[in-house]
Amino acid sequence: MNEITALTESTYYILLVLHTPRHGYGIMQEVEHLSAGRVRLAAGTLYGALTSLCDKGWIVPLPSVEDSRRKEYRLTEIGLSVLQNELSRLRQLVENGISILGEE
Amino acid sequence: MERKTIRKWFWVWEFEKEEAWLNAMAQSGWVLDGVGFCKYHFIPCEPGEYTVRLEMRDHDEGYLAFMRETGAEYVGRMAKWIFFRKKAAEGPFDIFSDIDSRIAHLNQIGKMLTAVGVANLAIGLGNSLNAPVASLGSINLLVGSLLTYALGRIHGKKEKLERDRMLME
Repeated sequence: MNEITALTESTYYILLVLHTPRHGYGIMQEVEHLSAGRVRLAAGTLYGALTSLCDKGWIVPLPSVEDSRRKEYRLTEIGLSVLQNELSRLRQLVENGISILGEE
Repeated sequence: MERKTIRKWFWVWEFEKEEAWLNAMAQSGWVLDGVGFCKYHFIPCEPGEYTVRLEMRDHDEGYLAFMRETGAEYVGRMAKWIFFRKKAAEGPFDIFSDIDSRIAHLNQIGKMLTAVGVANLAIGLGNSLNAPVASLGSINLLVGSLLTYALGRIHGKKEKLERDRMLME
């Protein structure tokens, strides 16, 4: 997919928290924390998303530490630019919403 | 330890009902501790101590390790269905948290039903044209038809989710 339309909420948050390298469970915890408990990524959903995001090259697994079976991931350059595009799309959504509905 | 076994049959499209039943068992103080063909083994627990989840997935050690990391315990496997439990005190437990991954799961079930269904229909057709084993062929045809029906039920669930997905995540 070259023309990115919109990221899902799960994808957006996964990419965002991988700005700092994290393992799977760390991603779940940080997303829940950032969204004040609203977004809870379930394990099956996250596992599938990590696989797809690696395939796309938006994130990469870090070389694993010898004694750890927990794989860590981080955002790639491509992932970062996808995230930046999404941020400007979201900014526009918010601006348009505010201009019509007003700041409640 | 006290253990009890219940024999029960669920059709493939009833996996949500199956999961609800397993959670009702956990609510009543019996948590799933093992599975066999149409068999569910339970051990006593505090009522509501556990949440039980199931899904269809090909064997994947990495996935099981990932689930363990999140505090879920792998209970067992029946054909391609895997069963987990997690202590309620360790937080909510779901396997899927968005529509896309639920659709992907239904696709996975659909793929399995298609593969087994097509094989049965092919064998059934082949055998029913062959007089000595014609009756065997009708069994395959029956199984094949049932699987086709199951595929329809799974597809119906998927279409409902896909309609939602047009509007929301």
